[in-house]
Amino acid sequence: MFYIYCPHCEEHREEEEFHASGEAHIARPLDPDNCTDEEWAQFLYFRSNPRGIHHELWVHAVGCRKFFNITRDTQTYEIKEIYKIGQQPTVTAE
Amino acid sequence: MSELIVDKPAAEQPTVAVMNQVPQSGPRAESPLHHADLPTIARKGPQQGGVYLEELKLLGHLVLRGSTDNQAFMAGAEKVLGVALPGSLQSAEKGELSVRWLAPDEWLVIVPGARAFDLERELRAAMSGHYAIVNVSGGQTVLSLSGPKARDVLMKTTPYDVHDRNFPVGKVVTSVFAKTQAVIRRTGEQSWELVIRRSFADYAWLWLQDASAEYGLVVRS
Repeated sequence: MFYIYCPHCEEHREEEEFHASGEAHIARPLDPDNCTDEEWAQFLYFRSNPRGIHHELWVHAVGCRKFFNITRDTQTYEIKEIYKIGQQPTVTAE
Repeated sequence: MSELIVDKPAAEQPTVAVMNQVPQSGPRAESPLHHADLPTIARKGPQQGGVYLEELKLLGHLVLRGSTDNQAFMAGAEKVLGVALPGSLQSAEKGELSVRWLAPDEWLVIVPGARAFDLERELRAAMSGHYAIVNVSGGQTVLSLSGPKARDVLMKTTPYDVHDRNFPVGKVVTSVFAKTQAVIRRTGEQSWELVIRRSFADYAWLWLQDASAEYGLVVRS
């Protein structure tokens, strides 16, 4: 297995301690009562499935139980960047 | 039975109901490993071996949550506890009280069982702003694991690196412990302390017996 850096614990931990929680940067509609069904469905169900750079939400499930973002290459599994919630990635697909 | 006390709120503080979870009369408190009857094993079992195990039972566990940016929270905690809330992966001790860092906004304070209720009320009186204190005494227990082979047992049990260079005395990590999890703290060169969940206590006990069998397990109480 491999090590993942937790930005909250500030050290590398075993992959077993983490859990992937899907695509990052999915913004919830600000006014759910007044958005269209299509907008709501986009938010709930539709996710990108890129070949290459992907921004993902991960949680340090067994450690500090905090969420953070990982930019990962879906072809090579290489972790390009780790950044906290609220920050923007510097590594993005061209 | 336990008494429910609603503390009178200070001016802008919301009302909080706090409860003494240690029964003053009536039901008897039993530790999560009560059924294992460790005192009998300690008396009749092996007295020599490489690993010593002791349950530090019925202690008071308080989870403190708040932001390190909240001065009233940080200062209030330091004033009441007598030690500052430790930074990441660190722990602090003062007498019978110990504090473990769990997450950037979460700490676990462990005190003697009868002290938890008073400590919670003192903390609430000393703090303000956005914070939370939860008494989780009934939900977990503490195991002390020591001896010359204690580290070997941990090496089999957790994927975390427990070598001296990575795990000095005083460090605390929450990590995988066999097929469950534990808050692992190093209390000395050959001594460690595990905080385990009540529902996993029996599993951890069975696991530790199995993992330490080859070194010789000595139960103390």
